[in-house]
Amino acid sequence: MIVPLEHILILAGLLFFIGMGGLLAWRANLIMMLVCIEVMLNAVMLVFVAGSARWGNADGQLFAVFIMALTSAEVSLALAMVVYLHRRRKTVDTDMFSEMKG
Amino acid sequence: MEQAIFYILAAVTVIGTILAITEKHPVHAILFLVTSLFSMAVIFYLLMAPLVAAFEVILYAGAIMVLFLFVIMMLDLGHPEKGMSPGWKEWLPAVLLSGISIGSLALVIVSRHAVSSAPAVMPTIRELAVSLFREHGLAVELISLQLLFALVGALYLGRQK
Repeated sequence: MIVPLEHILILAGLLFFIGMGGLLAWRANLIMMLVCIEVMLNAVMLVFVAGSARWGNADGQLFAVFIMALTSAEVSLALAMVVYLHRRRKTVDTDMFSEMKG
Repeated sequence: MEQAIFYILAAVTVIGTILAITEKHPVHAILFLVTSLFSMAVIFYLLMAPLVAAFEVILYAGAIMVLFLFVIMMLDLGHPEKGMSPGWKEWLPAVLLSGISIGSLALVIVSRHAVSSAPAVMPTIRELAVSLFREHGLAVELISLQLLFALVGALYLGRQK
């Protein structure tokens, strides 16, 4: 470990909460919401890799790789959905897709 | 030396992410995020995870971000003047909530007694592969099923009528 684990945890927490704040602020734009979710998942990967380096265990790195595979599946499906919604309404504004509200 | 590199890279990552979140133009936001992901990959390398660092560059910065760019270009979304960027009314509660969360997290981490970390050994690629396919074989199968479902779902959603 080159730096204490606490510093890496603070960095990961900063990134996670920056992503969370961006997700709350950009809730009208589907593309930017997906970008903010990427930032949050990346911070979680950093925590796994830091734990793997701290305890000398390979499982943390493997779970980081699993998160990466999960993210690629999620992004491909979500972007396909964005293309589908854009084909229906010509916009990615989430407020335009509100016909199911009761 | 390595400590200095880590702190510089951490600053680059955080600043790049903040710029990506606050940028109004989606293409510029993606490019800022790619910068942040590159420095994050070097942080992974410093944390004795070269495989994850390589995957970060190849998959995240290379594939996923390029997918975002393709969708933005295909749907012609690069017009920040259409008024979809959040104003201060959207930013205020978000900044407040993340500020409170960051503050409480920093308080918890700092108040904890710092344990001295033992010099850990770096797991080699061979150990990683053995652990991946011997202990986590079921997870590999589940991930491959999930990727197949994502492929079928994306094909179904993207088909032309």
